[in-house]
Amino acid sequence: MTSNPAVQVGEAPRNGAPLLSLSGITKRYPAVVANENIDLDVSAGEIHAVLGENGAGKSTLMKIIFGVAQPDAGTIYWQGHPVRIDSPAHARELGISMVFQHFSLFEAITVAENISLTVPGTLKELSRRIRETGQEFGLKVEPAALVCNLSVGQRQRVEIIRCLLQEPKLLILDEPTSVLPPPNVEQLFETLRRLVAKGMSILYISHKLEEIRSLCHSATILRQGRVSGHVIPAETSSHALASLMIGRDLPKTAHPPARQDGAVRLRVANLSSHDPDPHIVNIDDLSLEVRSGEILGIAGVSGNGQHMLSKMLSGEEVLAPSEKHRIELMGTAVAHENAGRRRNLGLSFVPEERLGRGAVPPFSLADNSLLTGHRMGMTGRGMVRNQPRDAFTDQCIADMNVVCAGSKSNAASLSGGNLQKFIVGREIMMAPKVLVIAQPTWGIDVGAAAMVRQKLVDLRDTGTAILLISEELEELFEISDRIVVMFKGRASPALDARATDAETIGRMMIGDIAAPLFSEAAQ
Amino acid sequence: MMDALTFVVAGAFAMATPLMLAALGELVTERSGVLNLSVEGMMAIAAAIAFMTTHDTGSFLLGFAAGGVSGLLLSVVFALLVLVFLANQVVAGLAVGILGLGLSALLARSYEGMTILPMGKITIPILSDLPLVGPILFRQDVMVYLAIGSAITLAWFLFKTKRGLVLRVVGENPQAAHSIGLRPIRVRFIAVLFGGLMAGLGGAYVSIVLTPLWSQGMIAGRGWIAVALVVFACWRPIRLTVGAYLFGVVLLLDLAIQALGLSIPSVILTCMPYALTIVVLTIVSSDASRIRLNAPVSLGENFRPAN
Amino acid sequence: MNIRQPFVLVPRQRQSRIALIAVPLVTISLTVIAAFFLFAGLGADPGIVLYTFFIEPLSSAYNLGEVLIKASPLILIAQGLAISFRAKVWNIGAEGQLIIGAICASLIPIYWSHSDSMLMLPGMILIGAAAGMVWAGIAALLRTRFNASEVIVTLMLTEIARQLLYFLVTGPLRDPMGYNFPQSVLFPSAALYPTFGGVGVRANLSIFITLAVTIICWVFVSKSFASFKLLVGGTTPAAARYAGFLPKQAVWISLLIGGAVAGLAGVGEIAGPIGKLQRIISPGYGFAAIIVAFLGGLNPIGIVFAGMLMAVVYVGGDNSLVTANIPASASVVFQGLLLVFYLATAVFARYEIRRAPPPLIPA
Repeated sequence: MTSNPAVQVGEAPRNGAPLLSLSGITKRYPAVVANENIDLDVSAGEIHAVLGENGAGKSTLMKIIFGVAQPDAGTIYWQGHPVRIDSPAHARELGISMVFQHFSLFEAITVAENISLTVPGTLKELSRRIRETGQEFGLKVEPAALVCNLSVGQRQRVEIIRCLLQEPKLLILDEPTSVLPPPNVEQLFETLRRLVAKGMSILYISHKLEEIRSLCHSATILRQGRVSGHVIPAETSSHALASLMIGRDLPKTAHPPARQDGAVRLRVANLSSHDPDPHIVNIDDLSLEVRSGEILGIAGVSGNGQHMLSKMLSGEEVLAPSEKHRIELMGTAVAHENAGRRRNLGLSFVPEERLGRGAVPPFSLADNSLLTGHRMGMTGRGMVRNQPRDAFTDQCIADMNVVCAGSKSNAASLSGGNLQKFIVGREIMMAPKVLVIAQPTWGIDVGAAAMVRQKLVDLRDTGTAILLISEELEELFEISDRIVVMFKGRASPALDARATDAETIGRMMIGDIAAPLFSEAAQ
Repeated sequence: MMDALTFVVAGAFAMATPLMLAALGELVTERSGVLNLSVEGMMAIAAAIAFMTTHDTGSFLLGFAAGGVSGLLLSVVFALLVLVFLANQVVAGLAVGILGLGLSALLARSYEGMTILPMGKITIPILSDLPLVGPILFRQDVMVYLAIGSAITLAWFLFKTKRGLVLRVVGENPQAAHSIGLRPIRVRFIAVLFGGLMAGLGGAYVSIVLTPLWSQGMIAGRGWIAVALVVFACWRPIRLTVGAYLFGVVLLLDLAIQALGLSIPSVILTCMPYALTIVVLTIVSSDASRIRLNAPVSLGENFRPAN
Repeated sequence: MNIRQPFVLVPRQRQSRIALIAVPLVTISLTVIAAFFLFAGLGADPGIVLYTFFIEPLSSAYNLGEVLIKASPLILIAQGLAISFRAKVWNIGAEGQLIIGAICASLIPIYWSHSDSMLMLPGMILIGAAAGMVWAGIAALLRTRFNASEVIVTLMLTEIARQLLYFLVTGPLRDPMGYNFPQSVLFPSAALYPTFGGVGVRANLSIFITLAVTIICWVFVSKSFASFKLLVGGTTPAAARYAGFLPKQAVWISLLIGGAVAGLAGVGEIAGPIGKLQRIISPGYGFAAIIVAFLGGLNPIGIVFAGMLMAVVYVGGDNSLVTANIPASASVVFQGLLLVFYLATAVFARYEIRRAPPPLIPA
């Protein structure tokens, strides 16, 4: 067990026990053991990291601590006493608060109303406390603002303030930087340091080595549901952390320069969307081109129009025939055509939601092949031909190393990484002329992510034009040839990925670079 | 002719009242994210029980109580199916609706065609003597006023109180509501029960005040019109009140047309409320974005806490 | 303070075979038990009621014939509705589509009431199916063009169809020599399905239409790509949009199929046991078929069994007033109970029920 003597401990429990202590926590799901025999201690006044790659069991563990899920075995000690945490409400009574990766804010109501749902007091009173707390910890938000109008960073601040107003002893943050543009990350860290200085404890979940080394006092590292080490991050090298986390060094993708002379396969010209829903960020006069044999990366903080862009490119959203030239595939105007017609021209698309959009959860993998692969000879005279469908599926499983119980297993039974490999494989096997792929490595483990990236580079080298929408800057720099930044529905001009750097892109992501740059893209 | 028109407009209030009661209940249920299509059945069973009670005891109060409770009991069955057994909401609504219709006919079989004396009206002194508006606004039965009162109360509850806020956010995103420690299942259960109670009062009004007699099938689609009214009102109580009075007028149209001395084939008049429901629903729904912005986001989707 | 759920539901990874058989059996048992107490409470002899509803209909050639007559439209409509429900398109107005199908088909024999043309019955079948499709098509049009809920539209169209039928049989289509009874002229025999099964048994050849539709539906559901598309649209609409399966097409196909079979069922009634157009031509087959479709698990074979069960209950309802002094509305109660208990038990087929571990320390 690790505790950090260097940290000033706040009000310690009388019996000297850690604030939170897990002993032998085990949680099994039908397909996997998510947590096995996990031990973990969090002392008062420390930032304790739980480090692990996607699928290592971090989220399950946090759900258990926060009362969302119940362990199958093991004991949770709170201030030295064994407890069973039944529900988030119970966790909150104990003094545990959590900021979720995907926020639990309601879009249609104001910041203060959202907070009033969990914190007692009149709206007026709360508004005052929200402002005060915001000032004290550097979390500026407007209490009367509707949540749907807030940026991702602002929403995170609301979540944190909501937690703080409940005066928790322990604050859990689940991958808090995954949604933040780089400049906001340091701001968040400053807030967290102020909090622990006041005696609060923080449980910080992440898979990013560098931020844990710079922020956290102690760390528990998970690998495949088990604890692979307890360390003091500041005294441990990134290399050592990485090998504890994934059992080997971080894989690198081979990424030779792209050819420059490919024909334009996807052209978007002055594209705008007009969804009246205030919760949706519309595209505003966006233009770009993707050539055969290149990967064009779209960078941007979540919620700057990427979602709408992917839907408009895929054909899930269509324009009126009068605007059909806004999107051209291989020179054919398609902006008014549905997804099926665009696919017939050679478009493939991997959406960010795998389960429920890219795949039908209760269907077998074979039937999920049929979903978009029916063009590959899987139907005849209106009937489904099982043999080609199953052969396609088996090949996809083999090519992409999909770990599953064969082509008959349900999409829902696969892990996120394996399902993503399957969907990417299915779309690649259709030999697309243009591939649009959104957040290809969201929530999947390092090995699967590396494989998916390598497949994309290989596909590029066969001449496919690839549009990669990603929120991970590392990923964009790793495999794209040119990068476009989206901000508030607009797009910057394309920058050569090998001639720019993360700082420039990061500043563009928060709109820190002058607006004319964004409108120039349209010309 | 003026008198006849006054009579019709005043009657429209009475016609609108059961629609309003049932639709307000359904509005609350839908605001919590649950689509309960058994309104027709709940109204039917309540109409039967209320009629039997009032017929046997002579008490309108007991009749309304019995009707409300029977609507509520039937909604418990629906709530269990949807909230505990996670049945599809559309199908569960149909199932419970059919059960309610069947039970109403079965239980009140020996009361078929019987009548009771009508309930007295409240006459507000002085005001009711005003020309035209007097008889329309100030000479109605107590439920007419209660229905208007509950619409106003509900509007206040939904948009001005903490509990109303909780109800709305559960309807928007039960998963997020659960994760901040609210109890979506419990909120939905209460909302469904309230819907049952209100449908029950609406059904009771039809059989013991409006007609007042018992005949199998007398609800005649009012429950479905109530469901359509909620969409028409964009899930807002005050708009719903206006919509209900419009329908009240239409339901009285054959009387009005007789009063005006026009001759129109009866089939057109009898089809009118149903056709109008379709037309109104179509017009309101055609503005897809408005529906999407106002409809509870999770409407029709079951919630199961993650484990 | 803290309500703990003693049990938790976990979605099944694969279908439970036991549940597949147990669900219908438990549903029927629970219905029988509930009915027992209900009728005992109403002062009827529950033994006699249950005998009337579940045993007597199977006890004579005449009753069996009646069961077949009633099972045929129920199964026929349910097959079409099941396709629609798998796509989550809620056509609950099959009753109205049935009525309109019957009205339109009846125009031929009413107009040519002395003809013995061999084309008469085929013509009625075509017109009936087409009319049902048109009536359902109104709902499809309003749903796809104006986003109007098909639940309410199909239902309101049913009420309108009923009013229309009433108007026609009391006016324009009334038999002028019929002593003002609200019914049309009797159809000529060329407009009737031939009966079989012996003297006095009313079962007729419309059963073969049901049989053919069942087989077609079975092939469609289990093999066709169109059915796959409908199912994707019903299960996961976002995936259907992603794949480019058109939701509007799904609404049209679903409603038109439902309308066609309902129209056919309407022809089966007027060209079968009724033999004329009258005020009431269906004892709610269009609604009961919804229950049949679900009881049958939306599966073409399951629907055949569910349709037979429902028909038995219907025949029981016809006999119950005489034998048990219970009105026919009791059969509606049985229908409601069956579907309620089916929905309650079906959860065990979809989810595993697990006990939540007990608390160490009370919260």
